Amino acid sequence: MVSQTVTLQGHIIDSLILAKVLDTIVMLGGTFTLSEVAIGTKREDLSHATIRIEAPTPGLLQDILTAIQPHGAVVETEQDCTVTPAPADGILPEDFHATSHLPTQIRYQGTWLDVLQTEMDLAIIVTSSPPSASMIPMGSVKKGDLVVVGREGIRVFPLERPAERDVFGFMEAQVSSERPYRHVIGDVAKRMQAIKERRTNNPLTPKVLFAGGPAIVHAGGREALSWIIQEGYIHVLFCGNALAAHDMEANLYGTSLGYNLGAGRSVPHGHEHHLRTINRIRAIGSIQQAVEQGIITEGIMAACVDQQVHMVLAGTIRDDGPLPEVITDSIQAQEGMRAALPGVKLALLVASTLHAVATGNLLPASVPTVCVDINPAVPTKLSDRGSFQAVGLVMDSSSFLRELARELGWKG
Amino acid sequence: MSRLLMCPPDYYGIEYEINPWMRVSNQSNGNRARTQWQALTQVLEKEIGVKLEFMEPAPGLPDLVFTANAGVLHEGRAVPSRFRHPERQREERHFIDWFAEKGYEVISLDAEWDFEGAGDLLGFPEFWFGGYRQRSDIRAYDQLSTIFSKRILPVELVDQRFYHLDTCLCPLSGGGLLYFPHAFDAYAQKVIAAHVEQGKLFAVPSSESERFACNAVCVDRHVVLPTGCPETMAWLTQQGYIPHPVELDEFLKAGGSAKCLTLALD
Repeated sequence: MVSQTVTLQGHIIDSLILAKVLDTIVMLGGTFTLSEVAIGTKREDLSHATIRIEAPTPGLLQDILTAIQPHGAVVETEQDCTVTPAPADGILPEDFHATSHLPTQIRYQGTWLDVLQTEMDLAIIVTSSPPSASMIPMGSVKKGDLVVVGREGIRVFPLERPAERDVFGFMEAQVSSERPYRHVIGDVAKRMQAIKERRTNNPLTPKVLFAGGPAIVHAGGREALSWIIQEGYIHVLFCGNALAAHDMEANLYGTSLGYNLGAGRSVPHGHEHHLRTINRIRAIGSIQQAVEQGIITEGIMAACVDQQVHMVLAGTIRDDGPLPEVITDSIQAQEGMRAALPGVKLALLVASTLHAVATGNLLPASVPTVCVDINPAVPTKLSDRGSFQAVGLVMDSSSFLRELARELGWKG
Repeated sequence: MSRLLMCPPDYYGIEYEINPWMRVSNQSNGNRARTQWQALTQVLEKEIGVKLEFMEPAPGLPDLVFTANAGVLHEGRAVPSRFRHPERQREERHFIDWFAEKGYEVISLDAEWDFEGAGDLLGFPEFWFGGYRQRSDIRAYDQLSTIFSKRILPVELVDQRFYHLDTCLCPLSGGGLLYFPHAFDAYAQKVIAAHVEQGKLFAVPSSESERFACNAVCVDRHVVLPTGCPETMAWLTQQGYIPHPVELDEFLKAGGSAKCLTLALD
């Protein structure tokens, strides 16, 4: 598919010139998007339209342009983007272009290039042979990298309305504690089932990402989440030290942060359980080994190891231990999370402000995202990113996970 | 009193072929052309009471007689034509000089757009139609609309025989309009029909369109048109207009008639 933007000016509405140009595009086999129409406010004012034309082949696009130019369509002159070498490692040139989480193209050496991956708040670098463009975090830029600056030669595409007519299809990032949530959970389950069915051995096979906090364990969602993972519905897990520690504490001691999960009472010396758990895993060497050696026998971590879920554990300054897999350098943790994203087609962000926001910042707007938190501030924070396919649910994580698991066939 | 600009046909003749009507082999008769042109001036001056002004004819410029193509004049401003054909581009200087001499503010269009004056731009007090595709570029109308603060509706001309808008469309006083629908594309036909009150729109029959019935001059209720257009005359009479047929066949050989031979001055 090739495209070209044209503009049309004049008394184009009541003279039917705009209608004629649009009809001509379609009759010749192209499609169009009216990206802007400004109608004159007084009768003598000129109106203005910007039309993006798409055609299956360059030849057909040329035919369309030839046909509409006599009616006043002006081919928008296109410029290459400007690039400037990075002045030092980790430093971007002044006026660097800051990315959004929408699909982006740059024009370089006369050609529009898709910018690989999509993430907000990064910069774009280009390479000449072969010509390619990719997004890069500020800290990863190397001295001399050619960084896109200014606004010329860059285009950002709005998301197309997805074909699916489910809760994500409305493309409205609403958050409310007063919305019925059953149909949302039903739609999430349908998406998860569809992704599971489409999975192959290809590394870019579709994936479901789950980012979660320790409240899942405290609140009683552990059993349901473990089942969901064990059934192969989750393929990437982002969490911190605490979710893993309390999950394994539950397995080893039957408590979460010292509270007996069955009786709901604190047990004597229970506050030490998570420390003893972390210490034990550190002694074994890794969560993976603890599961493989049969020390950890069930729960979220056990299911993840069993199902070969790609886990990224990111540390914080309040962590105890931490567990051996926890990445304590936050830039490295961010890199680890970023590397796990290709192929993610659905993201569930449950009961964790830190991991939900961090994950939300890394995801392209095109990935349907559900954010579940008992605190409305978290889904609101997410929806403020302008995610078009984000749904916020203000509810208890355990209720969400149990309901979701039941939709997927859990009998618990 | 209405004022019109005309140019005596001293050097008029068919010296080149730039429209389907012109055949160098079908030469005009100089004497007959002068007689017909004078008859037109008589009708305009004596029967209708128009004030005529005349510009100096120039040797080697046979079409200077068609003053409608000089440019467009409105409220003291003149936008001179930029002719598509080199044969007529030599006329531009003469028209510009005349406008400047008469005290008009002369405003030139961007050089990249062709525009053939009142031959392609005509209409009602509220808005104008702009013919495009044959001789004038649609893009010229954006600029003209801004210069004159007028709404201009571009209409596409699709028949080479009706190469200027004034050969196939004639706005009349009181909101009436003569036109030959087949000279326009389907969109333009709709636009014209939508902008004229029903009953005031007359589709000239094909045989009379070829006589240039639409190339008429309307001054108040008077309409000067070529002879041989009985149906158009009957409709005009029925609508309360006073038709004045004038024999102008010598000018039809160049693709022009009453309207082409005059330029409204205001």
